[in-house]
Amino acid sequence: MADTTTLGKALNLGLRRAMEDDAKVVLMGEDIGRLGGVFRITDGLQKDFGEQRVVDTPLGEAGILGTAVGLAMRGYRPVCEIQFDGFVFPAYNQIVTQVAKLHARSRGRLPMPIVIRIPFGGGIGAVEHHSESPEAYFAHTAGLKVVAVSTPADAYWGIQQAIAHPDPVVFLEPKRRYWEKGVVDPDATPGPLFGSRVVRGGDDVTVLAYGPMVKTALQAAEVAAGEGRSLEVVDLHALSPLDLDPVYDSVRRTGRCVVVHEAPVTLGLGAEIAARVTEACFHSLEAPVLRVGGYDTPYPPAKLEEDYLPDLDRVLDAVDRSLGF
Amino acid sequence: MSVLSRTTELVDPVPGDGAPHLPAQPDLVQLLTPEGERVEHPDYALDVSAEELRALYRDLVLVRRWDVEATALQRQGELGLWASLQGQEAAQVGAGRAMAAGDMAFPTYREHGVAWTREVDPLHVISMFRGVDQGGWDPVATGFNLYTVVIGAQTLHATGYAMGLQRDGADAAALAFLGDGATSQGEVNEAMIWAATFAAPVVFFCQNNQYAISAPIERQSRVPLYQRASGFGFPGVRVDGNDVLAVLAVTRAALAAAREGSGPTFIEAFTYRMGAHTTSDDPSRYRLAGELEEWALRDPIARLKAHLSRTGVADRDFFDAVDAEGDELAVRIRTGTRGMPEPAGTEIFDHVYAETTPELAQQRAEFVAYHASFEEA
Repeated sequence: MADTTTLGKALNLGLRRAMEDDAKVVLMGEDIGRLGGVFRITDGLQKDFGEQRVVDTPLGEAGILGTAVGLAMRGYRPVCEIQFDGFVFPAYNQIVTQVAKLHARSRGRLPMPIVIRIPFGGGIGAVEHHSESPEAYFAHTAGLKVVAVSTPADAYWGIQQAIAHPDPVVFLEPKRRYWEKGVVDPDATPGPLFGSRVVRGGDDVTVLAYGPMVKTALQAAEVAAGEGRSLEVVDLHALSPLDLDPVYDSVRRTGRCVVVHEAPVTLGLGAEIAARVTEACFHSLEAPVLRVGGYDTPYPPAKLEEDYLPDLDRVLDAVDRSLGF
Repeated sequence: MSVLSRTTELVDPVPGDGAPHLPAQPDLVQLLTPEGERVEHPDYALDVSAEELRALYRDLVLVRRWDVEATALQRQGELGLWASLQGQEAAQVGAGRAMAAGDMAFPTYREHGVAWTREVDPLHVISMFRGVDQGGWDPVATGFNLYTVVIGAQTLHATGYAMGLQRDGADAAALAFLGDGATSQGEVNEAMIWAATFAAPVVFFCQNNQYAISAPIERQSRVPLYQRASGFGFPGVRVDGNDVLAVLAVTRAALAAAREGSGPTFIEAFTYRMGAHTTSDDPSRYRLAGELEEWALRDPIARLKAHLSRTGVADRDFFDAVDAEGDELAVRIRTGTRGMPEPAGTEIFDHVYAETTPELAQQRAEFVAYHASFEEA
């Protein structure tokens, strides 16, 4: 029975279903129990599943991730909520030196089925550390997997798939899209957790995006269509591992590629993608792969974030530059 | 009074007649004096049979023999590094032997003595320092987690594991090992907060060996470490770390309390690292020879041997037999180390994930093809 719901509520439903399916799933985080999380993603779950399964932790991100490692060693599947992207760094040590490496260190004897939920990205007028896009740090780390969801259906299925997955997954939630609505059909067959999806067909330029920028890219494609330009939009969805075969197929047809993300462009996901697309599609490219992203600055104060964040116009500007090359 | 002297006064309230690090310590739990005399402590009765005493002595001697052999192997170029436990044998054997079968140890990188008590093959520890693997033992089967090199990170793992034990209703506890330097780490403090908040069945076993590489304990704390526990809301106790009986009794009691649901305990095993931090270290740059001489008088093996001799629990034949067993162990370690097969290059790819990625599978295939290209040439 398909329902229209917000992305935030879809996550809540997905978490609920994962907890019903597997008694070993334990949610951990700051303010996720009685309050239901600052974004209410875990609303009502502690009431229904109890304090042992929805744990209001002390305030310490390293503590959340470090104890998740121990729980995983006992056969639990911890789902850790980091309240905001910029607060993940106190846990960075545990994530990078322990969570990511224990499977390799133990030669597979200590699996780490841990999900690290991070509301990421800007556009909500917040104070410092509440609007960042830290995905490249995690995608650069062997042993982690990284996904970014973009729609309610994606969120509903993605969180369940991430929880069921045997490896640690950094699960990025586009916080400014928490209130966006979409259809979620619990009886549908979901796409793969680590698969990219072509979300709009087109012939002239391939535009790649993930998380909050998927909607921006689709809006750009709509406007471009009115100007007689046909953009193909791919939602990458998986950032590590990348699933670029659909991208290569697309770029071989269009000959042009633009990558969009909120994170700073230097050494961001776009840089890796540009290198791979260039290597795989060298003879098909009509223009260099262009990147649209945040500037190489700290995330700015809220009054300036529209100058910093890629928007529809900056995407179209890159499309123009690609076509004009 | 300068800040520094005030600090020293707080840490060593009665510098008095010993070395700077050996103040008179009324709070120190001791069941065996440095001279090997058995004394009683009102809180820590220990009923230990003659057989158990001999077994503890055997543990101490064999662990030291292993350590000496590994240090020699490093000097001969067979190991990249070795972290010696010399001086800390009693702390480690006492703590390890206090554990029950279902308990789980979370070591640093120096707990070879605890590994021994968990029946981890010494060669599986040595293989890590030889660079063959990251520790060859099975942490689940042995109840002894892999070594953790990032200081203090394992204390949170132990606490989370204990929270899992709690949820499982298991009659077991986690034993988190840490050093004096680790007590300055934020993660260790978080671990103690989590443990206290959830009354997790975990015991923090801190071997205060007086130095974090070169930094003396005064650089880490202005109060005796065991007193930190009260700030977190659970008991702290300082035990003579060179007295295997006291360590055994104190750790047993703490683990029993944890299993019963009384929550965590912080144990400060007051000891001394007789050797270097690792084989790459030169302790002569930061500590005085006089200190070593003082601590040598408190040697954990000599003290137990004196007790066994004085009480007639063991005789020369027994000591000779243990030494002979040590010789056999040393030979096994030597030949086993030299005979370790070289790991296959493809191993670097094989356990990164439970479910490997297409990218990694491709890199592995390219690695194999690249190396195969030399064979064909």
